[in-house]
Amino acid sequence: MDSRLLGLVLVFAPLSLFSFGGGQAIIADMQVQVVNQGWLTPQQFAELFALSRAAPGPSTLIAALIGWQVAGFAGALVGTLSIYVPSSIVMYGAVRWWQSRGDSPWRAALQRGLAPVAMGLVFAGALTVLQAAQVSALQLVTTFVALGFLVFTKVGPYPLMIVAAIVFVALQYV
Amino acid sequence: MTSEPSARAPHVSLSTLLSVFFRVGLASFGGSTAAFLYREVVKTRGWMSEEEFLAALTLSQVMPGANPVNMSLFVGSHLRGGIGGFVAAFGLVGPPFVVILILGGLYARYGGVMAVQAVLAGAVAIGVAMVLQLGTQLARGIKRIVPALIAAAIFVAVGVLNWPMIPIVIVLAPISVGVELWMQAKGRNG
Repeated sequence: MDSRLLGLVLVFAPLSLFSFGGGQAIIADMQVQVVNQGWLTPQQFAELFALSRAAPGPSTLIAALIGWQVAGFAGALVGTLSIYVPSSIVMYGAVRWWQSRGDSPWRAALQRGLAPVAMGLVFAGALTVLQAAQVSALQLVTTFVALGFLVFTKVGPYPLMIVAAIVFVALQYV
Repeated sequence: MTSEPSARAPHVSLSTLLSVFFRVGLASFGGSTAAFLYREVVKTRGWMSEEEFLAALTLSQVMPGANPVNMSLFVGSHLRGGIGGFVAAFGLVGPPFVVILILGGLYARYGGVMAVQAVLAGAVAIGVAMVLQLGTQLARGIKRIVPALIAAAIFVAVGVLNWPMIPIVIVLAPISVGVELWMQAKGRNG
C-alpha cells in the first residue's frame, strides 16, 4: 500500500473509533494530527472545515478533502472510508443488539425515556450551527422565515432551498 | 449475530431505500440529516414510529461515528438487515462525497466563488430551519413535566453551556428512562 494512503488510515481510523458524540468531538484532534503530519497548515485546515460545514452531508467529510490533498482521488476515498468504516462496524453491532431485544415493557420505557434526550440534542445541534462565527444576519433571518413556512404552511424544504438560493445569489449582485 | 431486518419493519425495496438516502444526503445542509430523515422515514413513509426514530437518534448521537451515518445504519438495518444498513449509509455519504470534492476543486482553483458560496449559505439557513421545525414538532409531543425538564436541561447544558455531551447524556438518560419505568409500574399496579 502507498505509504501516503497508509498514513491516512493510521490518522483517521483511530479518530473514527473515538468520535463519541459525533464528528465535532474529534475535529480538534484531527487538526493537530493533520498539521503535525505536514499535510495542511492550520489555516488550510480551517478553510476546508468551513467548506465541509457549508456543503451537504456530515462535516466529517473533511476527511475526503484532506485525503484529496494528500493523495488525490485514492486519498479522498481512503480518507472517507477510514473515518466512517471503523465507527460504523461498532454502531452496526449496537444496532443488532438493540434490535435483538424485541418488544418488552423495558424497551418501551427506554424509547419513551430517550425521546426527550433526543429532543434536547436536536435543539442544541441547531444552536451550535447558529452560533458558528460564519453565520450571517441574512442567514438568521432566512432560517426563521423558513421555519415559519415549515410550521404554518404546507410548503416543503425543497422549494424553500430554491428560493433561498435565488435570493442569496441575487443579493450578491445588488 | 443475525442480519435480519426487525420483525415490525414494513417491506421496503433496496432501490427505494437507496433513492431516499440519496435525496436526504444531498439535502442535508447545516446538520439537518435527522430532520430530513424524520420527514421521510416517520412522516411521509411511516417506516418507523416517532418513538423508535428518537431512540435511534439518541443511540446514533452517543455511539462513535458521524450521527448521519449512524442514523442511516440504524434505519437501513431496521428495514432490510445488514445489506439495508450498508445501502442506506452508502446512499447518504456517496452524493455529498462527490459534491464536496467538486467544491474543493473549485475552491482550490478559483478561491471562494461568490455565487456558489451564496447558494450554500442559503441552503444552510434552510437546513437549520428544518432542524428547528423537527424540534418544535417533538416539543408538542411532550405532555408531562419530567420529560420537558430533561429536554430543557440537555439543551441548556449541551447547546448553551457547551458542556461535553456524553457525560450529560449518561447522567440524564437513565433518569429519564427510570421515570418512565416507574410510571409504567405505577400504571400497572394502580
